[in-house]
Amino acid sequence: MKSGILLDMKNICKEYPGVQALDNVPFQLEAGEIHALLGENGAGKSTLIKVLTGAESLTSGAVFLNGKSVRVKNPLQAQHMGISTVYQEVNLCPNLSVSENIHIGREPRTRYGLIDWKTMESRSRELLAGFDLDIDVIRALDNYSVAVQQMVAIARSCDISARILILDEPTSSLTDTEVDKLFSVMRRLRDEGMGIIFVTHFLDQVYQVCDRITVLRNGRYICTENTKALDKVSLVGRMIGKDYSELSGSRTSREETGDKDILMDVRGLYKSGTISPLNLSLRQGEILGFGGLLGSGRSEAARVIFGADRPDGGDLSLEGEPALFKTPLEGIRAGLAFCPEERKVEGIVGELSIRDNIMLALQAKKGMTKPLDPDEVDRLTRKYIELLQIKTPDEHQTVKNLSGGNQQKVILARWLATDPRILILDEPTRGIDVGTKAEIQKIMISLADGGMSVVFISSEIDEMMRCCERMVVLKDRAVVCELSGETLTESRVMQSIAGKGE
Amino acid sequence: MKLKRTFSEISLLTITLALFVIMYGAGVLFYGFRISTFLNLFNDNAYLIVATTGIFFVLLTGGIDISIGSVVAFTCVFSAWLLEKGFSAGFVIPLVLLIGLAFGSLQGFLIVKFDLQPFIVTLAGLFFMRALCSVISKAAIAIKNPFYLKVALAKIRFTLGRQHPKIYFYALFAVAVVLGTAFILKFTKFGRTVYAVGGSEQSASLMGLPVKRTRVMVYGLSGFCASLGGVIYSLYTLAGYSLQNVGMELDAISSAVIGGTLLTGGVGSIFGAAIGVLIQGLIQTVVTYQNLNTWWTKVTVAALLCLFIIIQRAMSVNGEKARKNRLIKAA
Amino acid sequence: MEILQKYRRARIFWPSVIFLGILLFNTIISKGEFLSITMMDGHFYGRLVDIFRNGSKLMLLAMGMTFVIASGGIDISVGSVMAISGAIACSVIRGNLFPFFQGSVFFALVLAVAAGALCGAWNGFLVSRVRIQPMVATLILMVAGRGIAQLITNGKIITVNSPSYYFINGGYILGLPFPLYLVIILFAGLLFFTKKTAFGLFLASSGINDKSSRLAGIRVENIKLLVYVFCGAAAAGAGLIESSGIKGADCNNAGLMIELDAILSVAIGGNLLTGGRFSLGASICGALIIQSITTTIYAMGVPPEVIQLVKALLVITISLIQSEKLSIKLLPAKAAAQ
Repeated sequence: MKSGILLDMKNICKEYPGVQALDNVPFQLEAGEIHALLGENGAGKSTLIKVLTGAESLTSGAVFLNGKSVRVKNPLQAQHMGISTVYQEVNLCPNLSVSENIHIGREPRTRYGLIDWKTMESRSRELLAGFDLDIDVIRALDNYSVAVQQMVAIARSCDISARILILDEPTSSLTDTEVDKLFSVMRRLRDEGMGIIFVTHFLDQVYQVCDRITVLRNGRYICTENTKALDKVSLVGRMIGKDYSELSGSRTSREETGDKDILMDVRGLYKSGTISPLNLSLRQGEILGFGGLLGSGRSEAARVIFGADRPDGGDLSLEGEPALFKTPLEGIRAGLAFCPEERKVEGIVGELSIRDNIMLALQAKKGMTKPLDPDEVDRLTRKYIELLQIKTPDEHQTVKNLSGGNQQKVILARWLATDPRILILDEPTRGIDVGTKAEIQKIMISLADGGMSVVFISSEIDEMMRCCERMVVLKDRAVVCELSGETLTESRVMQSIAGKGE
Repeated sequence: MKLKRTFSEISLLTITLALFVIMYGAGVLFYGFRISTFLNLFNDNAYLIVATTGIFFVLLTGGIDISIGSVVAFTCVFSAWLLEKGFSAGFVIPLVLLIGLAFGSLQGFLIVKFDLQPFIVTLAGLFFMRALCSVISKAAIAIKNPFYLKVALAKIRFTLGRQHPKIYFYALFAVAVVLGTAFILKFTKFGRTVYAVGGSEQSASLMGLPVKRTRVMVYGLSGFCASLGGVIYSLYTLAGYSLQNVGMELDAISSAVIGGTLLTGGVGSIFGAAIGVLIQGLIQTVVTYQNLNTWWTKVTVAALLCLFIIIQRAMSVNGEKARKNRLIKAA
Repeated sequence: MEILQKYRRARIFWPSVIFLGILLFNTIISKGEFLSITMMDGHFYGRLVDIFRNGSKLMLLAMGMTFVIASGGIDISVGSVMAISGAIACSVIRGNLFPFFQGSVFFALVLAVAAGALCGAWNGFLVSRVRIQPMVATLILMVAGRGIAQLITNGKIITVNSPSYYFINGGYILGLPFPLYLVIILFAGLLFFTKKTAFGLFLASSGINDKSSRLAGIRVENIKLLVYVFCGAAAAGAGLIESSGIKGADCNNAGLMIELDAILSVAIGGNLLTGGRFSLGASICGALIIQSITTTIYAMGVPPEVIQLVKALLVITISLIQSEKLSIKLLPAKAAAQ
């Protein structure tokens, strides 16, 4: 029962210093539909949602709610307008009871103005019964699973008469039955006329529950389609930057040479809850891609190999010698290097200078008691600033003042300074400008040509195809296939990601 | 799995209460504790109960206030000084309470407005108030105001067989403060907001609760309760001395923690915190009965503190693990 | 010239200027008498000497606290650790503890410092392994420490009769008070240590971003453990000076509230209380500033309690200066640039 356009966002632009996060993006939501918002890292979906909920202000563009132009100043105001959001990390108070979480801020009062717990609890029970949820509403929210917590959050939204419900990756930590339950609630709310925006990276789920799909990529609007009209493979194509029709069997630009020696061999390496047993090998001087969508286990695989996350079991050998890394330091000493995905959280040390940031890993590798020669450090710093073209007045600037691209280069320099045999790059080009992206790709290729083995992870198939000789594709936290030579084509990659690789 | 869940459900309050009952029971068995021993716990610790109530609000929001010992001392010294100058109790008591409230609110304002660390700001408050005490008078001032004398001695006596236990009015007042606090926390919007802020500040503000105002208010309340505790303490000792109550904030914080308050905020019961004070009083009593070095009190309290902090930590780790386990099932 | 430029940019610049300013102020109001140093029996006497001698405890503590704060933590148990160290040293010398070593000042000192390090290790263990917030973790020892000290001395104020023990606070070498040498040796040792190893870099890095530091190969847990151990040992040293000064152990009052002064010294030195880059010299300057303010206030005939008022205002002023929110309000241009 569709009943017109609920939400109409036009020409939405959002600029952060140096980055155009959203570029003229339109978005429409009808009443009584479930609308999937899809895109890879840095596509702009979370920015779009932040703009919609007032968490960020838009640079330009217009938002119409029920045909009326509105300006959302903050999430609270958005709620008053009927826009509610349920995040993966549930935004409720874990220490309060379920019924309180539903009612806080608008509790029923007795005639003396006191909180009327009885009414509050019976109302909560009624409300949750509508969601097929029979739980003890007096207990603290903390006692329940994430699925229940999300359901409570949704119930709260409905109770404050939301007309638009945004579900931001709600299913990432749910079991299958919990997901089914969530979907039946979503369908019911849709049938009651609510507009639901569903953000996820599980494509199967999109096809299970969504009516329409909007795809964003690199801050740009790509398309809005009816789910039935868009098959999975072409959807993956839109998300990672290629139309299925135009790519057919295009081959990687780098030649794969099969006779290189195997440098690292991984057998059955796993960490429970994070990554299923991995089997793969890395050859001398090659660039190996870890393909797959966000949440497929590609980053997790890289982390257990390097020792950033301690593996629970399995074998890893370097040039035939057994080696398993329990801490990053062990990985570094064995000649591994790892640029993590979250540059600001796990990469840079913001208040330190460029010079200190660059020398950090090399110093750790040598050990605390053997300080590097300052002249040597100066030489290395200058060398990498020049080699990687880090734009800065001098090496004593603090890293937090650099742009994203330059920060990434500093981290790259940090690892190159350790002279690694294996370089693992997790989304090194995310959120940085096009020019720097190309530079980083070039550096990577020249490193591999120089004999270094590189593991490369990216959300953009284009650059993966340009750089990788081989690729292992991951899905649902396990390797689904390995592609190389003739089989390494964009269409094969997409089919594997979409789950039709067999 | 099941066992773990039930364990985390036993609230810390139950542990505290059980601890108190066991300790008191042991006291009755081995040292012949009487009803009067129990009542004296209230008589001797009334001021601490009231001050703990104040800091309890702050701890619930995840903050800390280490200035309360100084505020108590200031209240005693300042009121003793004013009374000596001939001001009436009807003027002095409201004045010192107002000063406590204003001082606490100012600290809260600085913390919230400029995003300063509570520890640092209230540290300055601690210095400031202690200094004011000595500026007013370095010597102890006795209180001879007739109203104070009368109130200080007002008590109820019972007769139970050959025992004549008594409880002072100010101790009853402290009990009333605890009950009032419990009521505020349970039945008013302000009280629930305090818990919500401690649970998740971000969620609380997303749910439209007045987070900043509430945070300022809890520091105001803490200052107010500290000065109220000060008034009770001046009734208890009938004097004001600039070096009294040094380190009292630690007693209050330990009481709250032993009473099951989470120092990260959001969890705790005022009854637990009050029982925490009584437990410290009990330890003190046992140490006196045993004729032990009084410092065993501190060591025992610290051991309990350590125990409770580690239990809390273990509980939160368990919580994380349980969530992770669910993830594994999902995978 | 270049050295001067470098100095001006360094963290120690402002604290040292303030310290010299206070000295100058004192010199003027005392009409020069302040700076006068007299020589008696081959020892130097004078206000300036007093500042350095009396400030030595605080300087030791400030060094330990600087490391802890740089690691993103805080240690509020140093006063209690001072009490423990004094109690142990005095009990050993009197023979109440380890009667075999009765009178052995050397053994007493070793044991006291080891006990301090052990206290620090406990704090460090709670912070780095059990992952309890630093303030809560050190709160335990802060509450327990004085009690433990009292139990060691059996609740009495004990006195010792040992000239070599008195020497720690009251002794002179080459005319200068002995505790000053302790400070200088420790400071030089730490400077050497931080220059000759990468400890300083690792510490600052761990304090700023422990996740990044771990991924870069730094053993963050060990670094954190180490700073608490050092802070405990430094506190024990300060406790020995104090106990030597009163020729005994007073567990009630030894180092009472001094943890606050130690934190204040670090803050006055311009080190961020949130952790990260640090300067030991600046913290020492901070300690000297606190000590010289105390001396000044005494010299001006102002009641000494005013010192605490001054400290309170200092704490607030410094936090406000460091507050990002305030600087955003006052200097919107600078904030935008960042």
